[in-house]
Parts: sequence; C-alpha cells; structure tokens
Amino acid sequence: MEKILVGLKRVVDSNIRVRVKSDGSGVETEGVKMSINPFDEIALEEALRIRERGDASEVIVVSIGGTETQQQLRTGLAMGADRAIQVEIDHAADPLTCARILLALVNKENPGLVMLGKQAIDNDNNQTGQMLAALWARPQATFASAVVIEGTAVTVTREVDMGLETIEVDLPAVVTTDLRLNEPRYVKLPDIMKAKKKPLEQIPFADLDVEVATEIKETNFEPPLERQRGVIVDDVAGLVAALKDKGLL
Amino acid sequence: MSKVLIIAEHDGAALNLSTAKCVACASELPDAEISVGVFAENGEALAAEAATLAGVSQVIRVDNAANANLLAAMLAPQITALADGYSHIFGPSTTFGKDLMPRVAALLGVNQISDVMTVLGSHSFKRPTYAGNAIVTVEAPADKTVVATVRNASYRAVAADGSAAVETTSVDAELPDHTRFVELKAGKSDRPDLQTATTVVSGGRALGSAEKFEIIYKLADAMSAGVGASRAAVDAGYVPNEMQVGQTGKIIAPDLYVAIGISGAIQHLTGIKDAGTIVAINKDADAPIFEVADIGLVGDLFSIVPELEAAISQ
Ligand SMILES: Cc1cc2nc3c(=O)[nH]c(=O)nc-3n(C[C@H](O)[C@H](O)[C@H](O)COP(=O)(O)OP(=O)(O)OC[C@H]3O[C@@H](n4cnc5c(N)ncnc54)[C@H](O)[C@@H]3O)c2cc1C
Ligand SMILES: Nc1ncnc2c1ncn2[C@@H]1O[C@H](COP(=O)(O)O)[C@@H](O)[C@H]1O
Repeated sequence: MEKILVGLKRVVDSNIRVRVKSDGSGVETEGVKMSINPFDEIALEEALRIRERGDASEVIVVSIGGTETQQQLRTGLAMGADRAIQVEIDHAADPLTCARILLALVNKENPGLVMLGKQAIDNDNNQTGQMLAALWARPQATFASAVVIEGTAVTVTREVDMGLETIEVDLPAVVTTDLRLNEPRYVKLPDIMKAKKKPLEQIPFADLDVEVATEIKETNFEPPLERQRGVIVDDVAGLVAALKDKGLL
Repeated sequence: MSKVLIIAEHDGAALNLSTAKCVACASELPDAEISVGVFAENGEALAAEAATLAGVSQVIRVDNAANANLLAAMLAPQITALADGYSHIFGPSTTFGKDLMPRVAALLGVNQISDVMTVLGSHSFKRPTYAGNAIVTVEAPADKTVVATVRNASYRAVAADGSAAVETTSVDAELPDHTRFVELKAGKSDRPDLQTATTVVSGGRALGSAEKFEIIYKLADAMSAGVGASRAAVDAGYVPNEMQVGQTGKIIAPDLYVAIGISGAIQHLTGIKDAGTIVAINKDADAPIFEVADIGLVGDLFSIVPELEAAISQ
C-alpha cells in the first residue's frame, strides 16, 4: 500500500494523576505535562514498522486540535513519520466529529490503512476508530496485539475478554491498537532536528466541509469516591482473623 | 417513555452475564420498556434465556449465518435496521460492546456514551473518565437515539424469573464480505470467571515468572477465587492477556480482591475501585496499593502466600 494515516491525540500524560477542578467544570490541565496518547504512539510505531518492512511507502500523522498539538506531531515526525497534518479546531472535538474529519482526510489521501489508538486516555471513549470504519463502510480491527499485512488483506489478532481473537480484513481498513502490540521507539536528538524540516500542513476545520456532530454535553465533573486507607496487620494470622471478622473466609 | 433495545452478548451457547447487567441499567431509565436483541447463528436457546431476564418485555431473535462470530461489521447494519422506534440502544462495556456500539452509533449519526455507571434521567448519565479519576455527568441530545455502553462493574445482574415474548424476525440489511473470522484462542480454566467471581486473587510483576505465578493459582484455588493480574505480569508473559485487571483490562467488582506483589498504579486501581474489600500483600510499606487497601500485610509474598494458603486450606 502507499499510505498509512495515523491519529495522534494530545492528552494529559499517563503518569499524571489528574485532579478535578473545585468548580466541577473539568480537570486541572494548567501546567500539566501533555503527551501523545500512549495507544497512538503504539499505532505510529506499528505504521513505521510496516513501512520499514516495505509494506507501505508513507506514514502520515494527523492531529485534530489547536496549535499546541503541533508538539505531538513534531514528536511523531521525530519518531519517523514522513509528514504531518494538523486539523485546526479550537475546541475539543467529539468522537463522531473526529471520525468525520478523519474520513475527509481519508478521502483526500486514500490511505490503505488508518491506525488509531483503541482509546484516548483522557475521555476514555474508545469510539473514534469504529466510527470512522462505519462512516467509511470499511472493516475495523480493534484492540490489535498483532498486525500482519498479507497483500490486499491484513490479519489482526485482537485482545478480547475471552482471550485472543484473530480476524482477517480487506484493505483499506481501520486498525486500533492495544498496549501489547509493540514498544514504541525512543526519539533521538538528531531525529528531533530532522523532524523540524519535515512538512507539517495545517488545515482549518472549516476547509474540510465537515458537519459538527451533536455532542454529548459534559455538565459536571466530580472526583470519584475515594477508598479509605485501612488497617495493616502484622502477619498471616492477623490477615486470616481480619478476613474472618468481615465474613470473607 | 424509554424504549430500550439491548444487544445481547453471548458465545453461541449461553448469554454473557453482561446482558443481565445491561438490563439492570436500562431498568433505571424512566418508564423503561426493554427489548433484548439476540443476534446469533441459531438463537433459539439464547432467546429463551434472554426471555427470563427480569424486566425484559420482548426478545427479538435474529438468526443469520453471518452472526456466528459476532463481528461488529456484520452486526451494526442489522442493528441499525432495527433501531427505528427505540429511544435507547444499549450494549455492554465489554470488548464485544466496545467494538460494536460505536459502529452502530456512527451509522445512526450520534455520539455514544461510553461506560454508563449511573442513570440520572432518560438522557442524563454519569460515566468515568481519566482512568476513573473524574466522574463526569453527561447530557445526551433529547431529540436523538441514545447509544450507550454499560459499565459492568456498576450493576448487578437482574434475576432470571421473567417470561418475555420472543419474536423471530429477519432484517433487511446488506452485509459486507470484507471481514472474516479466523479463530478465537480462549484460555481454558476451571476457575471462577474473573469478571463474575466473588473473590479474585491477583498477582503482579513481583511474581517473577510463569512458574512462580503458580503460588497465586494455588491460593486462589484454596479460596475458590478467580485469578487476575497486573499489566506488568501480562506483559512479562507470566499469564495470558485476558487476566489483566485495570483501565485497559477488566473492570471488576468482587466482594474480595487480593492484590499480591502489585504496586497499585492508577491504571490498575481503576479496575478494582468497586471491590468490596481490598487486601494488599506487598513488601514495600509505601506502595500506593496500601492507600486503598482495607487490609494490608507488609512482607515477602513468597513466604506469605504459601503460609496463607496453608492457613486457609486447614
Ligand atoms: C495507558 C496505560 C494503561 C494501563 N493499563 C493498565 C491496566 O489495565 N492494568 C494494570 O495493571 N496496569 C496498567 N498499566 C500499567 C501500570 O501503569 C503499571 O505499570 C502496572 O500496573 C504495574 O504492575 P505491577 O504493580 O505488577 O508492577 P510494579 O509496579 O513493578 O510493582 C511490583 C510491586 O511488587 C512489590 N514486590 C516486589 N517483590 C515483592 C515480594 N517478594 N513480595 C511482595 N511484594 C513484592 C513491589 O514492592 C512493587 O510494589 C497501564 C499503563 C498505561 C500507560
Ligand atoms: N483530536 C484527535 N486527534 C487525532 N486523533 C484522535 C483525536 N481524537 C481521537 N483520535 C484518535 O482516535 C483514537 C480513539 O479516541 P477516542 O474514541 O476518543 O477514545 C485515539 O487513540 C486517536 O488515535
């Protein structure tokens, strides 16, 4: 295939324990470390490996968001993507709108494969890839832990509740990644320098002729019920006694 | 009135417990009239089982050879063909529902509400975000179908004492041939299912190898427990992926959860927040798991676990 399109979402870094704002309007993001969604980094790594094996010739990274998402796109270019597209939008796009935007790019670029993360770790929605596949009327292979390109089809092993499911889908297709698919490469300093010269195209949302979907309104954020720190027992006998006390043994 | 269609999850022979949990969630909608859609190769027994779920008024059975393996690309067009007249379409927040329901939502032109944990009204719900670190109240548009997945750990399965009518229909939908099932490798286990077990014993990276993980199985057997693991233990190859507990694994709510050699990363804790009692065994007194554990024991698991197993087996 010629091209692989990879979605990179800018999210709060996975090591940060987010705090809900006291007025319930959202979570604290000021001064918080932002990164590429970990699943998207895996999607990019897989796309790069497919290209390196000679099964694709170009990897394009896409991010939908404000100017700040260019940071993540530059990191993607430094990892090895050939070029980047930022769809400029000044508010967080809901999954259906994202899927419509990605479809507009798919129609422009005609990729053989779109690789996305299985979920964005901020909203934890787990929707965009499946929605894109539906709108595009193409196959979806979600939660991938192995991806093998075989000519005009791709065989994907999927991490499902029952174990590992393997499906074969025709290309073009949408694949969403699970964590065990690969381990993303580290970016080296010279790569960061080289990435500065790679093309990064900005497309204003308005230029794509995409209808904004009716969003699910988020009206209030609250912290979860915290569990309390319990007792520390001294030994196994103490543990057994405590469990018996609670009627659990 | 809320007219709800629930998409049944099954393995061809029996319903997954997630279906009864979806019914429990849907029952909280105002004035709910609940239908269960059973899509299968031959759904006779499955439909009969769905008809017993308390609160269900109708079962819609759709048999099709293409439904043998519950592929989202096959099911979504059939579900959308049936969607007319329903105000809500619910599926479980299992890998089955997560794969399928957004495809349905997109075909219907709506966003989906993922992981409903509380029903506040016909179009108002609570769901977790940021790995469970924030609970958000959401409002779905009033004039559109609500497509949602139901967080399993938030609901108890409804009883099986109902008797709904079963209607067999065929749907007129064009099914694609671009997606083919190859195989399912399912770990066979005689132990209680991780997602429904009342007690779960989990091991982490500290176990060190698949061989040494055996002591976790032995303890679990002594306690008639299901067995789980941290992502680190799965990644290291000690156990298969379906045993992972957490944000990207299974979200569980056993009465008793025993975390052994698990540090308690936020992504792991997300999966056990709803457990009744959490027990932690860890040699590091400062491990974050102790901040949420009801009962903690600090020490070397390789001496504690065999001793605990012996004490319980007595
Ligand atoms: C996007 C994302 C999603 C993730 N999803 C999940 C998920 O779903 N589930 C999940 O579990 N993780 C998940 N993780 C990984 C998570 O962040 C942690 O890395 C992981 O949970 C650590 O596993 P662990 O506790 O087994 O290992 P460690 O953090 O290495 O902890 C091992 C613990 O064992 C203790 N120990 C060592 N030796 C002994 C001994 N002899 N006796 C007693 N105690 C001992 C140590 O003190 C330590 O606390 C995710 C991460 C990311 C970025
Ligand atoms: N704003 C965005 N920019 C680029 N990719 C995105 C964006 N939002 C979602 N995606 C992609 O869709 C995947 C699933 O996101 P979600 O459905 O929001 O959980 C992510 O892992 C990304 O690959």
